[in-house]
Order: sequence, then C-alpha cells, then structure tokens
Amino acid sequence: MIYWQLFYEFFLIGLFAIGGGMATLPFLRDLGERTGWFTPAQLIDMIAVSESTPGPIGINMATYVGYTTAGIPGSVLATMAEILPSLLIVTVIAKVLETYRDSRLVQSIFYGIRPASVGLITSAALSIFLIAILQIDVYHATLQVIDLIRPKRILLAVALFFAIRKWKPHPVLTIAIAAVVGAVFRFADP
Amino acid sequence: MNIYLDLFLTFARVGGLTFGGGYAMLPILQREVVEKRKWVSEADVMDYYAISQCLPGIIAVNTSLFIGNKIKGVKGSVATVLGVVFPSLVIIMILAAFLSNFTDVPMVKHAFAGIHVCVFVLIVNAIWKLRKGAIIDYVTLGLFMAVFAMSAFTNVSPILLVVASAFIGVALYGRTRPFGGKKP
Repeated sequence: MIYWQLFYEFFLIGLFAIGGGMATLPFLRDLGERTGWFTPAQLIDMIAVSESTPGPIGINMATYVGYTTAGIPGSVLATMAEILPSLLIVTVIAKVLETYRDSRLVQSIFYGIRPASVGLITSAALSIFLIAILQIDVYHATLQVIDLIRPKRILLAVALFFAIRKWKPHPVLTIAIAAVVGAVFRFADP
Repeated sequence: MNIYLDLFLTFARVGGLTFGGGYAMLPILQREVVEKRKWVSEADVMDYYAISQCLPGIIAVNTSLFIGNKIKGVKGSVATVLGVVFPSLVIIMILAAFLSNFTDVPMVKHAFAGIHVCVFVLIVNAIWKLRKGAIIDYVTLGLFMAVFAMSAFTNVSPILLVVASAFIGVALYGRTRPFGGKKP
C-alpha cells in the first residue's frame, strides 16, 4: 500500500535527517532511486520550486514529493510523517528544559550556544550575500571581478536596510516591495 | 480568539513569509511572536533555534514546536507546527498541480531575485538584534567569531559546532566580566 510506505519513508527521514531542510536531500535522492517514485531530474525541479516558494524548504520538498507520488493525500501524509518525529522529540526535550531551566548547567549551556547560534546565522547570511547580492555563481563562470558588482541589487539592499531601520515596516511589506522592484527593474538580468 | 487558532494563524503567517531555510523565519518570528504578541522572549527564540539545529528534523519545524510548547504545551506545539506547514501544503499542491514550470517564467525570476536581496537584509537586521543577548563578554564574542569562521570556511557540521559551544559554555560560564558590567 503506497500510503503506508510513504508514511514510513518520511517518518524515517524526519527521524534521521539532522541539520534542517537541505539535510533531507540525500534521503530523498535515495528514496527516488529505491522506489522509482520520481527521477533525479524531477527532484532538481522540486528543489528549485521548494527554494523559491514560501515555507521551510524541507517541508516544501516533502509536500512536493508526496504530491508527485500519491496526489493530495500523499502530500499531506508525507508532510505529517516528516514532522511527527520532531513532535515527539521536541515534546520530551521541552519538558526536560522546563524542569531544569534555572539550573546553572542549563544556563551555562545556553551561554555557550547563543553566540554559536548567531555565528551560524551570520554564516548563512554570508552565503546568501554571495548568491543574492554578488551572484558568485556568475563570477565563477566568467571570472571577471566586474561581474561581482550588481548595482541594482546593492542599491536595493542599502535602501531596504535604512528603510527598515527608520520605519520598522512589517517584513511582508519589505518582501512585497522587493518583489515588485525586482520584477520592474529586471533583477535576474546580469 | 481561541488561543490555538491564534497560534495556528500566527505560525501560518510565519510559514507563508519564510523564503529559504530555517534562518529565514527568524526576522518574522522576532516581529510576530516576540515583539507583537510577546509570547516568548528573544532569548527563548535563539535558544530554541540553536537546539533545533542539533535535533533531527526540519529546523523551522522544531523551532515552531518549541515555541508552541512553551506557550501552550503539547497542544500548542501541534497548533504552531500545523500552522507553519499549512502555507507550504497549499502553495506546493497548487504549483505541482498546475504550474510546475513556474520558476521558468522571467517575471517570476526577476521578482525572486528581488526577494532574495530582501531576505538577506532582513537576516542582517535579525542578527543585529540577536547579538545583544548573545555576545555579552569576550568568551561569547570569541565563540561567535570561531563558529562563524568554521561554519563559513570549513565543512565542520553545525551540530558539532553547537555541541562544542555548549561544552565551552559550561566550562567558562561566569568566569569573565560582561562588557560594561559585573559577572553573571
């Protein structure tokens, strides 16, 4: 029965993929090869769509693979199966944290992991900077330093930065404005 | 409004406004859950985000579960996680059914190039706010720089970095003076 197998496979992915949405990718590739539910080329399309639509990438991919495999029930089932292990694990850990929240040990663990968390986010920001602002992939193709300078993108980034500082708009407003500016000024062109 | 419905709708908004990985949800969480609703503190969000990196599963899902659990226990976490995945289900189903090649449309490409610039700026802003609660003395400043450098320039797993930082935190907690203040 395909629904049961789909549930089982995505439950395992949710249980064993550590490191966020992209960490599910090797499992999905393996799943496609073993079951023939989707081809590697289809998977690449699914990644492209998952990255460019709203929602966490890992969930988008689970939904998409589920849909490709078994339609609407498949997409709901794959998504629910993938989040179920997290629900069980987080419930237990949250209980432990709540109990020992004020202990010196937990306090000192957080003292260490908070700056680590900011470091990881800053590193993620750097990789977005290289792709979204500098288009490092274009540079790798041409090796022309001039290709790193994207006046339109840099201008938008600086303008958004100061606008957010000054007016503190809701993120959805800034995202909408950026989408319109990108479409009007043809941001995908080099 | 029913608190569970409120949690579901708020996290549906968070899911619908997250473009990219788990880090992309932080600016929206800061706005919706910390500043507007005051359900949890900024430090809570950061702690949950850090722990979520080390647990199996999707980081955005784990973070949402932790926040829901903090507000209203297991039922709260079910409400937040269903909320955060809801937009994905609807949007992906529609795209998969009707427009699987929509990323090839030039207008869509241009708009997303603009959105990616915006996501970068939003994250820089989030980091600027988060640093206040995290980088409080020379030890945490050193940890921040070391983790950033290792994550950006080597292939060391983020799990290892967070676990190592936890050990360093345990070893050095309370031994240094915070910037402009007394020992914690």
